[in-house]
Amino acid sequence: MTEYLASLGSSFVTTIDDVLPIIGILAGFQVLVLRRRIPNFKGVLLGVFLVLLGLAFFLEGLERALFPLGKLMAEQLTAPEFLGLTGAEVNIAEHWQDYVWVYLFAFAIGFSTTIAEPSLIAVAIKAHQVSAGAIRPWGLRIAVAIGAAVGISLGTHRIVTGTPLHYYIITGYVLVLIQTWFAPRSIIALAYDSGGVTTSTVTVPLVAALGLGLSSNIPGRNPLLDGFGLIAFTCLFPMMSVMGYAQLSEWNAKRASRTEPEPPGD
Amino acid sequence: MSHALLTGTRRFDSGELMKSLATQLLKSLTDSVRDLLPIIGVIGFFQLLVLGQPIPNLLELLWGTFLVVLGLTLFVQGLKLGLFPIGETMAWDFAAKGSLLWLLLFAFALGFGTTVAEPALIAVAEEAAEVAAVGGMIENTESAREDYGEGLRYTVALSVGLAIVLGVLRILRGWPIQYLIVGGYIGVVIMTAVAPKEIIGIAYDSGGVTTSTITVPLVTALGVGLASSIEGRNPMIDGFGLIAFASLTPMIFVMGYGMIL
Repeated sequence: MTEYLASLGSSFVTTIDDVLPIIGILAGFQVLVLRRRIPNFKGVLLGVFLVLLGLAFFLEGLERALFPLGKLMAEQLTAPEFLGLTGAEVNIAEHWQDYVWVYLFAFAIGFSTTIAEPSLIAVAIKAHQVSAGAIRPWGLRIAVAIGAAVGISLGTHRIVTGTPLHYYIITGYVLVLIQTWFAPRSIIALAYDSGGVTTSTVTVPLVAALGLGLSSNIPGRNPLLDGFGLIAFTCLFPMMSVMGYAQLSEWNAKRASRTEPEPPGD
Repeated sequence: MSHALLTGTRRFDSGELMKSLATQLLKSLTDSVRDLLPIIGVIGFFQLLVLGQPIPNLLELLWGTFLVVLGLTLFVQGLKLGLFPIGETMAWDFAAKGSLLWLLLFAFALGFGTTVAEPALIAVAEEAAEVAAVGGMIENTESAREDYGEGLRYTVALSVGLAIVLGVLRILRGWPIQYLIVGGYIGVVIMTAVAPKEIIGIAYDSGGVTTSTITVPLVTALGVGLASSIEGRNPMIDGFGLIAFASLTPMIFVMGYGMIL
């Protein structure tokens, strides 16, 4: 028990250490440049303390429970014995179907870690406030999570087949731009943001373990070169899924307004 | 925690207050449990059914899950009470002060300062140094690797600082985000064509790892606050987008770094 608490304590100290530069910048500009009173200062301080405490608990819990098991599973699922690689493989690219469990795991872990990502929760809360309730936090988070899941499983497929990373990413860019043309204007900035917020505390370590496991076990792949790139996939696809989600909602709203005689209250 | 909730709900009498406090906390806790259920389900399913192995060290797992749930609950409470108000108040104060220079300086400091010490970035920089050493781009000695990793870290931090500056300028001027993003994409494509092959994967990933759990709420609140404080800006259209810039510029800068060295 004392060992658990000591480890929790050191986790709290590490968190404070990481956040200290940010607090320094905020305090510096507040005191030296802005020189204005922060309304409800005590409440804000308490909020910051809660964020630090919460983050420390969160990280400690991840290190204790989810990361060891998740990383172990990534290793086991990509182990040569599990994949049925005997060492006499002729052409990996033709046997990509053998990796169906890896793709499924990539999809599932991508979806579930994104749902639990605290930065995405923050952005979803804010988007809900700003859009006056039009964007539902849960809907946005599920859209982002589906995008991340598709991205990660496609990224593992790339490691298996060994296709150059930039072919996928540049194609993705073109698709994002085409979608931008058709998407409702109010969603575009949020959709672009949702790419970057997906990859944070929970997702990065597990996804990195998956990439490392795959690229070191598949013959012909170099973990130092092919292990990278999964994070980029995870950033790219949520942009498409969020714009898709907005297009779908808009389309639904239009259809609903067509059946009703009332004009849309836009 | 009771103190904060007290200030927020001053008009209630104490009985009602206790009740609202308890329901709020309970709702927040159930939300956190719901947020974590998918991970627990995925890990349980793959461990027990696909891999056919028992769950090792169940006690540790339960303790860890308890901490994660509690941590997420506290984080979300603190977000609404602390980080969002800070970001928004400072945005309004900067708008009221009316000094563009100080605002841009603040934007740069926020981007640079939050990135340079980011643990995920430090980990990626170390791996990148190893890639560079194995690939023969730098000498395979510890000091050369350290220099390379540190240079990469400062490159990424610089690019995030500039990204937030550009993003803030965009909010002030009301430039449509898609044109800037298209420009960024073209930059990425050009750099990909000319940068050494070894750096591309690292560069693409470095865009995603820069935005930490503390930075995202602060930067989002700053953007939304700025867009709401300036007349003619729509917080939904103009307020978001800062994170998008912060994920894009590191890709270009890291490929540039790979070319110079």
